[in-house]
Amino acid sequence: MKFDCPLPFNDNEKINLAHGGGGRRMARLIQEIILPHFPDCDVENIHDGAILEFGSERLAFTTDSFVVTPQFFPGGNIGDLAINGTLNDLAMCGAQPLYLSCAFILEEGYSMESFRQVLVSMGDAATSAGVGLITGDTKVVDHGKGDGIFITTTGIGHVMPGAMIDPRRVQSGDVVIINGPVGDHGMAIMCQRENLAIQGELASDTRTLHEETAAIINQFGEDIHCLRDMTRGGLATVMNEIAQTANATIHLDEGSIPVNAPTKSACELLGIDPLYVANEGKLAIFAAAGIGEDILETLRKTNRLNRPVIIGRVGNLEGPRVILRGVLGGSRILDLLSGEQLPRIC
Amino acid sequence: MKYLDEFRDPAVARLYLRQLQDTVSRPWKIMEVCGGQTHAIMQYGIQELIPDDITLLHGPGCPVCVTPLEQIDKAITIAGRPGIIFTSFGDMLRVPGSGKDLFTVKAEGGDVRVVYSPLDAVRLAMDNPDKEVVFFAIGFETTAPANAMAVKQAADLNITNFSEIVSQVLVPPALEAILSAHDNQVQGFLAAGHVCTVMGYHEYEPVAQKYQVPIVVTGFEPLDILEGILMTIRQLEEGRHEVENQYKRSVRRAGNEPAQSTISEVYRIVPRKWRGIGEIPHSGLGLQPEYAAFDAELKFDLGDIDTREPEVCISGEVLQGWKKPTECTAFGKECTPETPLGATMVSAEGACAAYFRYQGAAA
Repeated sequence: MKFDCPLPFNDNEKINLAHGGGGRRMARLIQEIILPHFPDCDVENIHDGAILEFGSERLAFTTDSFVVTPQFFPGGNIGDLAINGTLNDLAMCGAQPLYLSCAFILEEGYSMESFRQVLVSMGDAATSAGVGLITGDTKVVDHGKGDGIFITTTGIGHVMPGAMIDPRRVQSGDVVIINGPVGDHGMAIMCQRENLAIQGELASDTRTLHEETAAIINQFGEDIHCLRDMTRGGLATVMNEIAQTANATIHLDEGSIPVNAPTKSACELLGIDPLYVANEGKLAIFAAAGIGEDILETLRKTNRLNRPVIIGRVGNLEGPRVILRGVLGGSRILDLLSGEQLPRIC
Repeated sequence: MKYLDEFRDPAVARLYLRQLQDTVSRPWKIMEVCGGQTHAIMQYGIQELIPDDITLLHGPGCPVCVTPLEQIDKAITIAGRPGIIFTSFGDMLRVPGSGKDLFTVKAEGGDVRVVYSPLDAVRLAMDNPDKEVVFFAIGFETTAPANAMAVKQAADLNITNFSEIVSQVLVPPALEAILSAHDNQVQGFLAAGHVCTVMGYHEYEPVAQKYQVPIVVTGFEPLDILEGILMTIRQLEEGRHEVENQYKRSVRRAGNEPAQSTISEVYRIVPRKWRGIGEIPHSGLGLQPEYAAFDAELKFDLGDIDTREPEVCISGEVLQGWKKPTECTAFGKECTPETPLGATMVSAEGACAAYFRYQGAAA
């Protein structure tokens, strides 16, 4: 039997968790199964949100669903995530958030007290970001047909004048910056979910990033080429997506990528690579060569939670690849994962 | 981070590399036994850093990779039945059986759960007395103590709805199988540090003597591996063939005796088929007769299982160090981590997956 490469989806296939993992399988699901039915969708720009032009005004429009287990974890809950996640998607379009909508799917039997706590977090997060939550929907499903609570939020934002954020603008020589240590959110969730006794100081990094993005866009304008929050699939997945869209080789220096000690311990113990672990308050910035240090300075001034570093640069536009120079000097390809990372056996 | 960063220190690595350069005078082929070592070698680009005269062959020490197809098919058959909670280490879920993998069973409605410890499976059995909880007990000597402990605990607590599909394998018989093959290329071994943490290394001494090969018990951090290679090369250059211990911070000659006695109380040595390699005498563990009640293969009527391996897959040759993953015509083409044809492309410890991940499809 002769195989085509890659194997096409067949009709007997079922959706499995890897189709939502942010890696190769999900990319193929979107490209091959979903997008063919929606020809108006701008394939190159589907990551964080769509930009809608009205005369000289530009609006950013984005939507996201939140299905996290556990719903309460060190550093936040599903409510914070649902607000911060959508605000950050707007921020990554170069927009300042204006309005949000919110839809709840609640499972019969879900605790009213938990729901109240989620709502308090959502209200606080929206208020502190200065956005209005202006419409929504609530549905309840039978017991056993949901996981307590699912939340979908949709956001509209005003794209800043001067913002020219587009992964296709990433070019040879660009600096690659991240605003702090990676992997905290995903490991906090994993350790809580599996009741692993290494929780300690592990906490999610969930927070909004639109103040940071506003500050750097105000200061550097179109020299900021691309912004991306490093959520599902982590830093490595984001770098691969951008390399793909920009058709660029991205060179990263592993030694310069910070990982907090508790997160690093949890990753080492479970055999998980922190570069593929989700963040909820970390972004990657691609900007013109020469302004790297100035961006670091601006990020530090905007919020003391930022511990920004330059982690690499964009090489020649000779095909999409991410090359990681290891601490010992050897190099390797940093590829997309096929599915979720699974803890090692021994 | 303490106990990690010092084993990844670039300055010390350069020192070892210089010593290797000064020591090696001709080509040598060394096999790292454990898939965790293969992974670290690829992750840190160690093959690229060491002198060209040293070839690293990747060994059979990936528990997921060597679990035979019929055991996986048995697992898939049981996991798809109603009333079963099937538990496994995460990596096993993606390994292709003859028709499908455990992930597919889960997507089709089977109750398949990832556990971090076999004792979690015993706990599930306690909490779900109306279900049968089956644990897929795979792995080398490293996982055997905990997998044995799960059976012992279930017996002590009188839990009758817990059982295991046992597919444990043992390292020394596999080394002997590799060394006694007529076309063996392996001249020295880096033995698996964590297997030896449990078993010690005295059982490797007769192997080193009989086949005149140096065996160095080696850890998993990059400096461990570089030092292990250096110790092996020194022995080869000096014509010695001893068992040496690089991984002293974890391994003693006698190993962990309480763990060994738990293993031998619950399991006995049996012949075991290795995926891609075939049956190796005395190379596996099965349940002792007094624990037969915990044997899922006896508990569930499995009927005839028809197993089929994809013809193109050369994982057996890869696992014995005869071929590199990139010598396979399917590598990176029809066989990728997303659509694996063989188990070596699945697990993070599998040589094919390590090559694919760290060198890309075009390696």
